[in-house]
Amino acid sequence: MDSALIPEGVQRCSFRRFIIWIAILHVPVLIGVVGAILCWGLALNQTNMNNNFPFGLWIAADLGVIALGGGAFFTGFLRYIIKIDDLKNIVNYAVVIGVICYASALGILAIDIGQPLRGWFIFWHANVHSMLTEVAFCISCYFMVLCIEYLPLVLENRQIYKYAFPHSFAHHLHEAMPTIAAVGVFLSCFHQGSLGGVPGVLYGRPFAYREGFLVWPWTFFLFILSAMACGPTFTILITKITELFSGKKLVKNATIDILAKIAGGLTALYMVLKIMDTLGWFNLVKKAGAPVSSFYANQPYGYWVLATELGLGVLAAIILIIRPLRQNQPLLILACVSNCTAIVMNRWIMTVQSLAVPVMSFDKFVSYHPNWVEWATTLLPVWAGAIVIMISYRYLPIFPQERELNPYPL
Amino acid sequence: MFPFAYEWINDPSHFVFMGSLYTVLTILIIILHYCGIRAVFDWLCKKDTGDHH
Repeated sequence: MDSALIPEGVQRCSFRRFIIWIAILHVPVLIGVVGAILCWGLALNQTNMNNNFPFGLWIAADLGVIALGGGAFFTGFLRYIIKIDDLKNIVNYAVVIGVICYASALGILAIDIGQPLRGWFIFWHANVHSMLTEVAFCISCYFMVLCIEYLPLVLENRQIYKYAFPHSFAHHLHEAMPTIAAVGVFLSCFHQGSLGGVPGVLYGRPFAYREGFLVWPWTFFLFILSAMACGPTFTILITKITELFSGKKLVKNATIDILAKIAGGLTALYMVLKIMDTLGWFNLVKKAGAPVSSFYANQPYGYWVLATELGLGVLAAIILIIRPLRQNQPLLILACVSNCTAIVMNRWIMTVQSLAVPVMSFDKFVSYHPNWVEWATTLLPVWAGAIVIMISYRYLPIFPQERELNPYPL
Repeated sequence: MFPFAYEWINDPSHFVFMGSLYTVLTILIIILHYCGIRAVFDWLCKKDTGDHH
């Protein structure tokens, strides 16, 4: 039925099967939409957030998807600025994943601000001393950059590409891609860093506060490095999941290996710096008279959280930097899952756990458990993202090696 | 926020912060227009840009 729209020389499932899957994915999407409407219609008292936890699941998820979406800027940097030509075979998919991650981040923020009609206030009444304002500026601009990077892919759809103007426009956008990628790198470095800077400058919360360089706490640099390390592994992971569902090899192992090797080196460097930062913080709080154990005295935020975060990161680094290990496909997937889990845990720790740790002697530990509205709205982008990936994979030439890897008898 | 808004203050923070935002937006607008205009000229001149898949 839609065969005229499918890229030439590749095979896709029947239109009927495709539509059934899209319809199935719309069920959880609609549940998420109900949650969003409840928040916008009846206010944020529909959630389990309160004065102790103004940052909850939404902000942790926001920071998580932004780190995971870091694969788009970093792969673009390696492809267009460092000129690693082999990455042209995966950079398109990194852009699609980036668009989904940043659209998710903006969507979650639109619910979290409670009054989306006042969303433009952050641009018009900007507090230029706030790291969150910088984050809002950068992620809005970077989303535009990602949309511009995604545009040539849409224009390369078989039916659109036949026309002279879209064909030529896509060609010139490809030519401008190094400049667009450079703008993306500039914006990403600042917003990834500023997201780390937000907890790092909270001198009233010793669990999160860090010393640093000039106005930037160490968490600023750790967040940039962790996004560069984990973004490519998330791209690899989603590529592997797409290969599993499509039943096809879509990207050659050599391309994946280059990305995994670079991610491994960066993960190893990040883990060394993260462990140094943790030990330095242990020393700092001990000197200030607060025993380290007091920060981990309340379950579920015991020492196990720190050990799991560091353990998963070290495991990922070891697998990714040792060649025979990363070339073993199940181990590569394990490393990608470990790395992504460790980074999402880190974002949860730096937002929610930071708020959970009592600060004053009269403070009591209060726990926070997100309710169904928060879970449904947070998971909404996962299902919506799956729909975007399905549509993009079906109609756009995302994987340049697909035809070569899967010869389709015409 | 524009420099003519009542909240604007002529200090380095405002110039760096808002200046960066407007620089990025200007670069993106210029790139889109440049590519669009060149595509229109290619179309008018019937120039083939080749396949860049």
